[in-house]
Amino acid sequence: MVLKAFFPTCCASADSGLLVGRWVPEQSCAVVLAVVHFPFIPIQVKQLLAQVQQASQVGVAVLGTWCCCRQEPEESLGRFLEGLAAVFPHEPWLRLCRERGGTFWSCEATRRQGPGTPGEDQVTLIFYDQRQVLLSQLHPPAVPPDRQVGADPTSTGGLAAVFHTVARSEALFRSDRFDEGPVRLSHWQSEGVEASILAELAKRASGPVCLLLASLLSLVSAVGACRVFQLRPLSFLGSKLSTCEQLRHRLEHLRLIFSTKKAENPAQLMRKANTVASVLLDMALGLLLLSWLHGRSRIGHLADTLIPVADHVAEELQHLLQWLMGAPAGLKMNRALDQVLGRFFLYHIHLWISYIHLMSPFVEHILWHVGLSACLGLTVALSLLADIVALLTFHIYCFYVYGARLYRLKIHGLSSLWRLFRGKKWNALRRRVDSCSYDLDQLFIGTLLFTILLFLLPTTALYYLVFTLLRLLVVAVQGLIHLLVDLINSLPLYSLGLRLCRPYRLAAGVKFRVLEHEAGRPLRLLMQINPLPYSRVVHTYRLPSCGGHPQHSWGSLCRRLFSGELIYPWGQRSDKQD
Amino acid sequence: MEDERSFSDICGGRLALQRRYYSPSCREFCLSCPRLSLRSLTAVTCTVWLAAYGLFSLCENSMILSAAIFITLVGLLGYLHFVKIDQETLLIIDSLGIQMTSSYASGKESTTFIEMGKVKDIVINEAIYMQKVIYYLCILLKDPVEPHGISQVVPVFQSAKPRLDCLIEVYRSCQEILAQQKATSTNP
Repeated sequence: MVLKAFFPTCCASADSGLLVGRWVPEQSCAVVLAVVHFPFIPIQVKQLLAQVQQASQVGVAVLGTWCCCRQEPEESLGRFLEGLAAVFPHEPWLRLCRERGGTFWSCEATRRQGPGTPGEDQVTLIFYDQRQVLLSQLHPPAVPPDRQVGADPTSTGGLAAVFHTVARSEALFRSDRFDEGPVRLSHWQSEGVEASILAELAKRASGPVCLLLASLLSLVSAVGACRVFQLRPLSFLGSKLSTCEQLRHRLEHLRLIFSTKKAENPAQLMRKANTVASVLLDMALGLLLLSWLHGRSRIGHLADTLIPVADHVAEELQHLLQWLMGAPAGLKMNRALDQVLGRFFLYHIHLWISYIHLMSPFVEHILWHVGLSACLGLTVALSLLADIVALLTFHIYCFYVYGARLYRLKIHGLSSLWRLFRGKKWNALRRRVDSCSYDLDQLFIGTLLFTILLFLLPTTALYYLVFTLLRLLVVAVQGLIHLLVDLINSLPLYSLGLRLCRPYRLAAGVKFRVLEHEAGRPLRLLMQINPLPYSRVVHTYRLPSCGGHPQHSWGSLCRRLFSGELIYPWGQRSDKQD
Repeated sequence: MEDERSFSDICGGRLALQRRYYSPSCREFCLSCPRLSLRSLTAVTCTVWLAAYGLFSLCENSMILSAAIFITLVGLLGYLHFVKIDQETLLIIDSLGIQMTSSYASGKESTTFIEMGKVKDIVINEAIYMQKVIYYLCILLKDPVEPHGISQVVPVFQSAKPRLDCLIEVYRSCQEILAQQKATSTNP
């Protein structure tokens, strides 16, 4: 196989010395990690390599020699370099050479022992940016995260092995050619070790701050879990209101951020960072909303328009019911049933209007206090808005339930009496339809009732249709608000920012570019990181949402609507029918 | 060593195939698609502006005209950046892998690299495309679970769509390198 030598671009202008790195025999690939400069003592070099091998479980060894000089190397240097091959035995032995100021390189790999004739292999030089490869993460990860701690480095295949080698060799990059130590190395840190004062200060300060906030949060959650809230009315309210759901979700997030456990793998670290970014964005947008609401008495205006809007909605509903009680769309309704249902719903609306008018003096105060909740975050304010919409359209919900129950009762009656009409019966024990012999009077009454129910069906069906459509409209509005809340909750902002500003950190793969080539010289390639596309970033790092996705497909939804079963929006409440 | 020949695609448009042999183990094939024609661009712009002028004469709202200009500009930029592919390149490196690059008219490049360990073979396949039967070159990927199975078929030169004569040239060169690769991998 062609021998591939991965060479870091930072060492391309380093002085002559020894090449140190890892040899992967299965792919015939040599990963050069650093260059050891003259003068050195071989024993100390071997000690350093043994230390690095123990610390990182990566098999580093001396791979060959590197020669970078002004003109053709002299004879003595050549013999000296050959002598080194005897001191550090390695198969195959690489000899890289470059003219300072020239663009072309020469590279030879020799094997002394082993099967076949001793000879030279063909070499391809691949340049890579060491810092980028060190910091980047391949997607999908070559080793699954749960196996990473004790994983065998030789089990990863292909280019993932190169990334893995560079990432695990941190111990080698600690000492430098400007250090006073026994061995002088050149690698990506040779231009100066990278560090940041702010990052170090933040790391020191985060310990006690996290401890304090974690204890505060555990106090809050202990209060929330106390017995008072488990009792019937409060727990029922808590499960129905989306605000409580959202507050619980945010509490979970905050507990994750301030937990004192360190993140075990890069995926957990990204998750924590994304959660922090999401919470910060939420707070910022919430404060913006708060400042907008409380300026220039907007809350007063809002409160002033709220009651007239509720009145207007009730008036429109009354007109709708009057229309249904007449001849809606030219259909002929059963007069008596129509009047009964219409008057029942009209009285209901009248009650609702009276309650709204009772509450009207307190609306402004309530809105002012509700507006304050926006400082907890925009998502909390939006959930509150969804809850307010649900409360204000409660009468539409009641009408829908009445209409649906009536319709369902009618459909059940009709299907059972239809079976009687044909002489069959539902066997509850065997869960199937059996034939049954009825008495004459049973058949007579059954057929009579069947006819009555059948002819009253259009009226009930029309009321059911109208109120279901209204209810679906309200559910659609609530669904839109929940969608927005979901978006803010689950968007991975930190990952998107990282992809925008440091695209090499999230790698989908690599790409190669062929550099200037001369016949007779080895082929030179430049390996660059291919960043992950934005859609895959969002897909991989999305935060789990509140569980607000509809559990029913369109088909089952239509079936439930047709048979009159109640539909609950977004599957948040457990299905009582199942 | 560089070489350029001209072929045609399935619709009859002119394609230019550039072959570069960097070394016995590394070859590159570059197919250039026909450029955006001035005629079609003028036709689309005229249609959009005539429709906008028709709407304007109905509604007397000058926002429609500015909206039409804006839509035309944004649409053209979007087309050049996301849809119009200028050049497609296939780089095959023995014992490393196969790289496919598409360069768009706005300069954007999108690259995919497949490692040699995952490549089973390169073949020319037939497909039914609308009312035609066309030939296309594709890379077969190995299935990690089943040794003789194929997990994925990756088509190459999807937007240039060259004819069989061009595909045979590329196929022959790629098979030479794959044969080298198989020979060296069986005798290490």
